Order: sequence, then structure tokens, then C-alpha cells
Amino acid sequence: MTTAVPLAWYLILSAILFGLGVAGFVFRRNIITVFMSIELMLNAVNLSFVAFSYQLRQTDGHIYTFFVMVVAAAEAAVGLAIILTVFKNRATLEIDEVSDLKN
Amino acid sequence: MDIFLFILFASIAVFCAVNVVVQTHPITSALSLVGVMGALAVLYLLLGAEFIAAAQIVVYAGAIMVLFVFVIMLLNAGGEAKSAGRSQMVRWLGIPLFTIFIGLLSYIVQRAVPAGPGVSFGQFTGGTPRDVGRLLFTQYLLPFEATSVLVLIAILGAVVLARKEIE
Repeated sequence: MTTAVPLAWYLILSAILFGLGVAGFVFRRNIITVFMSIELMLNAVNLSFVAFSYQLRQTDGHIYTFFVMVVAAAEAAVGLAIILTVFKNRATLEIDEVSDLKN
Repeated sequence: MDIFLFILFASIAVFCAVNVVVQTHPITSALSLVGVMGALAVLYLLLGAEFIAAAQIVVYAGAIMVLFVFVIMLLNAGGEAKSAGRSQMVRWLGIPLFTIFIGLLSYIVQRAVPAGPGVSFGQFTGGTPRDVGRLLFTQYLLPFEATSVLVLIAILGAVVLARKEIE
């Protein structure tokens, strides 16, 4: 017996992961954890892409997922370099204390 | 079998994702994120995306997360301080409201997505490295080349930002 999984379940899982990513992005105050929440959101979107690709029987969604991965890698490299610089200059990782542009 | 695998790995993904958000120490969050990515790789395999599943493990769980762990260890990041000045209402209302939000969202998605035959393993075989590669080097050649420039700029940016100042 092979029961098929409804496509909607994959999309709901994707939505849950994206929501958790947003929650982490908004509520956490450690820069690195905020950054990891962004990666979580990107992963959730990738799952949607692949699920729709399956539904439409087209490979294009996989290509988009591939590009998202490449952009995520580039973003991680630059973002972590920025975090290193911030930490070198201020010795803190709390985003509330890096608020020079606020006033 | 399909439905069992989906539920198992979807639960792992959600559990690890919750762990990413609620843990106070960054290294625990990072390891939970690796768990999310591994579970998602299995789901990609169920969806017939072999190349993407492999790339997920190699690029995300392998390269990006190692970079994260390196930085966490380099900075010797400790646990987050207790959140002061945040109202208690957020703490008690947040989780129920989030659950209600997810419930409504699931209802809407369930209504909006047409009930097809569903996803069963092996029905779609267009995700092999051969198919992805053919599409990538014909129809999507220009974006692919643009991506290589983007990665080059990212490398230069990372080197410039993280370099030591020379007096």
C-alpha cells in the first residue's frame, strides 16, 4: 500500500517553517541566530519550489532552488564577514546594542 | 510508506526548527538547523529532486553551516542574556496565536490547492543531475553565468570585510 501524500501538506510544512523563521528573525537578539532564521526561511521557500515543481512535472523549480542556494551561500559569506567586523569593533553580538543608525 | 516517511521527517524538521528559535545558545541553534536541512533533503528525495537533495546536504549542511559554526566558535559566542523589558503578554500569547495562525494558514492552503493525485515517490523523474544540468546550461545559461559573477563579488566582499587592518 502506497498512500500518496497530498501536495498541500508539503506547502503547509513550508509555511510552518517560514513562520518559525520569521518568529526567530523578529524575537531573537543574537545576530548569528537572526542570520540562521533567514537561512531557515530560505529553506522553507525551497521546499515550496520543489513541491510545485513536482506538481507541474517540470524541472524549472529545481533550477530556482539551485539559484536560491547559491545566493544563500554568497549571503552567508558576506553576512558572517560583517558579523566578524561588528564583533571586532564593538565586542557584542546583541542587535539591540548596534543601533547607531537609529538617531 | 510515503505518508509515513513524510510525517516522520516533517516532524523532525518542525521539531528542529522550533529548537532553532527557542534555544539560547547559538551552537545549539546551528546544530538544530543542520537537522532541519537533513530532514528537508529527505523530503526533496521523496519529491524526486535527487540533485537538489544532494546539493542541500553538500552546500547547506556541509558548507554554509560549517561557516556558521566556525564563526560561532571564533567569536566564542555565549548564550543570550535573559530578555529584559519585554512584556509578559508576548510570552504567554505568542505560542497560542502562532498556532492559530498556522491553523488558519493550513485551512487556506488546503482549500486553495487542487486535490490532485498527491505526491508518491518515483512518479516524477525530472530531477536527476542530467535533467537539471541540461536545463541549467541551455535555458538558464545567462542566470548561471550571472551567478558566477555574484559569487566572485561575494568572495571579494567577504575578504575585504574580514581582513586585518594593515597600519
